[in-house]
Amino acid sequence: MSSQANETTQKDWSKAKSVLKVRDLRIHYDTPKGAVIAVAGISFNLYEGETLGLVGESGCGKSTTAYGILQLIQPPGHIVGGEIQLDDRNLMGLSEREFRRLRWTKLALIPQGAMNSLNPTMKVHQQIADVITTHEGRQPKEKMRKRILELFKTVGLPARIYDMYPHELSGGMKQRVCIAMGIALNPSVVIADESTSALDVVVQRVVAQTLLKVKEMLGVAMIMIGHDMGLMAQMVDRIAVMYAGKIVEIASVQSLFKEPMHPYSQVLIESIPSLKEKKPLKITEGITHDPRNPPPGCIFQLRCPFVMEKCKTQEPPLRELKPRQEVACHLYEVSETGEVKNVAASA
Amino acid sequence: MKGITLDYFIRRLGVFVLTVWIAATLIYIIPRVAPGDPIAAMVSRMSQQAGYIENSDKIIEGWRKRFGLDDPWYVQYGRYLRNLVTFDFGYSLATFPTTVREIVVRAMPWTIGLLSISTALFFVIGNLLGALLAWKKTPAFVKVLIPASMVFTSVPSLLAGLMLLYFFAFQLDWFPSLGAYGRGITPGWNWPFIKSAIWHSILPAASIVVVTFGYWTLGMRGMMITVEGEDYMTLAQAKGLRPFYTLYRYMIRNAILPQITALALTLGTLVGGQVLVEYIFSYQGMGNAIFTAIRNQDYPVIQGTSYILILTTALAVFIMDMLYPLIDPRISHEGS
Repeated sequence: MSSQANETTQKDWSKAKSVLKVRDLRIHYDTPKGAVIAVAGISFNLYEGETLGLVGESGCGKSTTAYGILQLIQPPGHIVGGEIQLDDRNLMGLSEREFRRLRWTKLALIPQGAMNSLNPTMKVHQQIADVITTHEGRQPKEKMRKRILELFKTVGLPARIYDMYPHELSGGMKQRVCIAMGIALNPSVVIADESTSALDVVVQRVVAQTLLKVKEMLGVAMIMIGHDMGLMAQMVDRIAVMYAGKIVEIASVQSLFKEPMHPYSQVLIESIPSLKEKKPLKITEGITHDPRNPPPGCIFQLRCPFVMEKCKTQEPPLRELKPRQEVACHLYEVSETGEVKNVAASA
Repeated sequence: MKGITLDYFIRRLGVFVLTVWIAATLIYIIPRVAPGDPIAAMVSRMSQQAGYIENSDKIIEGWRKRFGLDDPWYVQYGRYLRNLVTFDFGYSLATFPTTVREIVVRAMPWTIGLLSISTALFFVIGNLLGALLAWKKTPAFVKVLIPASMVFTSVPSLLAGLMLLYFFAFQLDWFPSLGAYGRGITPGWNWPFIKSAIWHSILPAASIVVVTFGYWTLGMRGMMITVEGEDYMTLAQAKGLRPFYTLYRYMIRNAILPQITALALTLGTLVGGQVLVEYIFSYQGMGNAIFTAIRNQDYPVIQGTSYILILTTALAVFIMDMLYPLIDPRISHEGS
């Protein structure tokens, strides 16, 4: 185990074994006026022990992607196509029953705990106990109690909350209960959905540290969803930037923050607030396309400062332009010698 | 949770006493502002039996004095309240030597029995069907059958009672048409009596249940759909919990809470509906006693029975208030 989870600069993920493979995942929400394309063909790998951040603005499909992997999409949403492989096992063909057995033991979710994620009429320990009982069978009461208290200790919760109801806990405590619950069965993949949102910064920090600690202890692969770029930078190994249902850039944290290549990643990183200077917000709302009829070509063309003729007709594929930095943009050309050239800069 | 605090208990008790007191005062005022004079009614009833009565105005005067009707209102009111507290409602005017207390004691068990059985039935049936109607795993044919079973919901219980009476008592002769138990059976803890009592209660209870459960079904369905959209339902699914466990521990357990509140609020209305049903089935409960008393202008009986019904309803609401914090941990015992 590495001494510090975010010090993974030199780690070569391409050599690591991938636990989760997502290929061309498509999720639509049916509306009376046609299907809203929430996820428009997403592919990525999640490697063993890695934390992948999924970022993008509200409605870009990052949560839908995560819930799609967990098969939690509620109607009118549905998975239209694609393939999801967990440990080389295709999840798409599984029956509901088979998938239910896989839930939590392999794929766990850490929801936004400060919200209504805990059942208000059940004591905290019961909500952790029920998932253990469901997947591992009944256990002696004392053994279960010890196990749950151990989980509490891992996430830094006091034992006195054992018999409490969710409404008696603070937001940060509820979030940590959710983390304790998520790791209860030692899953292979944990998806953390906005786990640090809706908390004040101090609590946010504690929760983020808890997450990192837990991840390090268990060596679990994690997908973190969020829109806080600053926090993401500290917590994840790789970042996938999503825009309108597509991944536009996926790269290691270091490369992405040092040299974002996709125009959208660039504005996203530029808009991280800074104490040193007052910056205007680069991205304005209201010029997005209708998610029912995406324009042909690049999805970012309407907001892109470097838009070209080619962008309006041809969809840019996700290409590895630098080691471990895949970008979907026509702005770059790879010469025969392997050199990457910015078309706009040279013109 | 740490149980019910003394503060919460005292507050609820205060509400209970206040409700009963206001109701008792209304019962006191209404007959006194309504047209008709009970003494005149008594004398006229006597004259019907005895023909002409000599010096009737002397009798009226004597009785007014004897019943204390000449005292100032606050003396009368104070005496009335004291009598209520000691459950002393005086004598029935229509069936003179009988006390109101005897009438209440005779009728009350039947009403409480019928009302609690029918309430339990429609609440359980209604909520269960509502839960099934909203549950995703309910077979499609059940989801078609449930709304069809609710046709009686918009029918008044009076009419439903008459229809049930017509078909099941008169046409099919499956159930008895009147009374709370068969003629010639001695009430007591013996099997023929219990059997007869259950047998007689089915139609009256059914006429309350068939018209009522639909409301609870629809209410429960709505609550279930609200709960379905909660974040904890998504988490329950992600946890891979068994569908049936999720249904009762996550969905019904949370959806039922507002339903229980609603039940406490409707208890009063239920008692009102019961009066008519008892009358149609000549069921010898409180409803019938009130109905007969009204027809006979039997004021002490009207006052006594109404008071007891209100008292029991308020008591039921009070008990529910005491139980509610136990089923919904979020209810603050200190506040509200």
